[in-house]
Amino acid sequence: MAYTPAMLESIARVEASRQARLSSTYPRMTPQERDDVLRRFHPDYIAQAAREIRLGVCKGDRTPLELADVLEAPPQIDPATFALQGSDLQTDVLIVGGGGAGASAALMAAQGGASVLLVTKLRFGDANTMMAQGGIQAADQPNDSPVTHYLDVMGGGHFSNNPELVEALVTDAPLVIHWLEQLGVMFDKLPDGSMNTIHGGGTSRKRMHSARDYSGAEIMRVLRDEVRSRSEGIRVLEFNPVVELLTDGQGRVTGAVLLDMETREYKIVHARAVILTTGGGGRLHYQGFPTTNHYGATADGVVLAYRVGGRLAFLHTMQYHPTGVAYPEQIVGQLVTEKVRGLGAQVCNIDGEQFVYPLETRDVEAAAFIRECQDRRTGLMTTTGQPGVWLDSPMINLIHGPGTIEKALPAMVRQFKGFDIDITRQPMLVYPTLHYQNGGIAIQPDGSTGVEGLYVAGEAAGGIHGSNRLMGNSLLDITVFGRRAGAAAAVYAGQHEAGAMTLEHLRAWNREREAAGLTEGRPAPILLPDYTRHIRAVRKEPLVPVSGG
Amino acid sequence: MASVDVETIPVFVMGQRVDVPPSLTILRALEYAGYTLTRGVGCRAGFCGACATVYRLKGDPHLYFALACQTVVRPEMYLAQIPFFPSRRADYRIEDLTAAPAALFTLYPELLRCLACGTCTKACPQGIDVRGYMAAAMRGDIAAVADASFDCIACGLCSARCPVEETQYNVALLARRLYGRYLAKRSEHLTLRVDEIEHGVFREGLAELRALDEASLRSRYDARDIEA
Repeated sequence: MAYTPAMLESIARVEASRQARLSSTYPRMTPQERDDVLRRFHPDYIAQAAREIRLGVCKGDRTPLELADVLEAPPQIDPATFALQGSDLQTDVLIVGGGGAGASAALMAAQGGASVLLVTKLRFGDANTMMAQGGIQAADQPNDSPVTHYLDVMGGGHFSNNPELVEALVTDAPLVIHWLEQLGVMFDKLPDGSMNTIHGGGTSRKRMHSARDYSGAEIMRVLRDEVRSRSEGIRVLEFNPVVELLTDGQGRVTGAVLLDMETREYKIVHARAVILTTGGGGRLHYQGFPTTNHYGATADGVVLAYRVGGRLAFLHTMQYHPTGVAYPEQIVGQLVTEKVRGLGAQVCNIDGEQFVYPLETRDVEAAAFIRECQDRRTGLMTTTGQPGVWLDSPMINLIHGPGTIEKALPAMVRQFKGFDIDITRQPMLVYPTLHYQNGGIAIQPDGSTGVEGLYVAGEAAGGIHGSNRLMGNSLLDITVFGRRAGAAAAVYAGQHEAGAMTLEHLRAWNREREAAGLTEGRPAPILLPDYTRHIRAVRKEPLVPVSGG
Repeated sequence: MASVDVETIPVFVMGQRVDVPPSLTILRALEYAGYTLTRGVGCRAGFCGACATVYRLKGDPHLYFALACQTVVRPEMYLAQIPFFPSRRADYRIEDLTAAPAALFTLYPELLRCLACGTCTKACPQGIDVRGYMAAAMRGDIAAVADASFDCIACGLCSARCPVEETQYNVALLARRLYGRYLAKRSEHLTLRVDEIEHGVFREGLAELRALDEASLRSRYDARDIEA
């Protein structure tokens, strides 16, 4: 799996230009250049890859085809035949999703005095949080301030973000870092104890906090351990995703139906409040892109919330991370953290020439890579037809001293080493990969949705990042809004008795589907992508294109 | 069940032979063979530890350990995934502990039974020196355990192979949390900033930005100075 001769030839040109590049970085684009490259090359702007949603409260909104399909889908259960009698589990607050947002919400809801049941599709901690490498932003350095952070977030999101949410995000950020450290998260520090922070794309101050390149994993395993330490207030149920929400028939969410992944039995949960922290939808593979996302990232929460009247925000825009692996084939689409560029690595084309400033915002950077390969034809092409450009990682040790890569990027070194590539000596071939759902269900700063009893936090929520999220604001967002939603849901549960449980919203949904002429469609939430190869046709081909590793 | 148009190699999944393309990872090979995975699969990118796999090669007495998502199949591989391994996790409240060696010994008394046989290190798909950090744990050196175990993804293979039933990865997690909370030097700038936020220092500045129209906000953004 080591590089091919053609690749090595191109790498020689990257090496030849390296010394000169160490003292000369490609300039930033002007605002006009940024707009231009986005319009011409960003996947969000491909008109035929999206369509209008044909029913629900945001009928007429545009979203990727694959997401529109699951948003409009028939329910998993039939309200006419489903026996909704009694409940198997009762709780004040039901949290759906066991990633960083769910764990943060659970801790705060329990602290607020609520009984908590956290259910998750796979294992607790199986989430995109665990896979986040680069870091978490917080304006805690002396030369920085939440005000400066605010400006960066708004600019990164093209000024479309919900300002109230951004204010909450940047104001809570240092508080969250402090909270995580008190729980035992090990952030990278300088010898004097100050945070070893670096730049991310679109930051005007070095405010990226990291834990080597296991930043999300470190946060997730600590939060998970803390939840497990509080088992008297928080129950955790793994391998039990929610397939439908329950309502009182008058718009309030009152519980959920779980599907046990092992026994295939349904369970009914009666809850005073529900928080959806189900993450994003990378496994829907929009436009056939591979993804950095977890196996379970199938947009379940957005589907469930939309069916009970949750409003969508910014679901016309997805984040394509500029540096997904383009080679070797086995790990195509997996994440190469932005921290590599944050530490100084530049991007080069087939001729070893820079063509873009390394830390443009992610949407602009990704669009520039696509332009280089598709339009200017100066990218590389692997034997399997995968385009890519070089990310010149060996520069990092030249800039910061020998051993920096090994210390700051152990996960990346390990991953490539497994395929006989030494990133301390050779660059990585990268290409944009589907990474993040910029939007989601519209929320207020307390995670409420306008649907009574329903809260959303984390990647399933929308509005915080506008149409483009900056690196390091996702680990931040899940903890900030997870905590806020948990606290608010506990207050709500303290003030409201459990409501009636009905499936009226599904009857209404089915009527609306019928009125819109929708009779077909695979039920959603789909729960898992279908990557299984079937020898004999036992069912229809998977709707989801198979790609990525 | 070999396919006609693809070059394949034989591997054995829970005893059954399947023929799969040689370029696939173990995880993709299982799916190629017809399995729909819920256990033994997670992030698919080497970070979550769900797909811990034990395998043998034909004619080779050794046991090998790997993550199914990061390892390419080899001919005559005999595969078994470890879907779930029961392990002991001590119950504690981090705020009630002190970062002293006794915290490790009290919560994980079996720690002191470690034979230093190194089977754990051989089993670790991350290449961590598990025996080394367990030795540090027995010395009560919390900082060393925290540093050496940092890349642990808690797949559980160390524990599964341990002859004296240690749960190494839980000992390591405790050590890291103790280090993060009690031993890491405090960040003065963070303490100061938390205090400022609690006193509402930035409210005015944020309100000012929020009051700007988009054009003014844009020009502020384009004119902002960027730290070198």
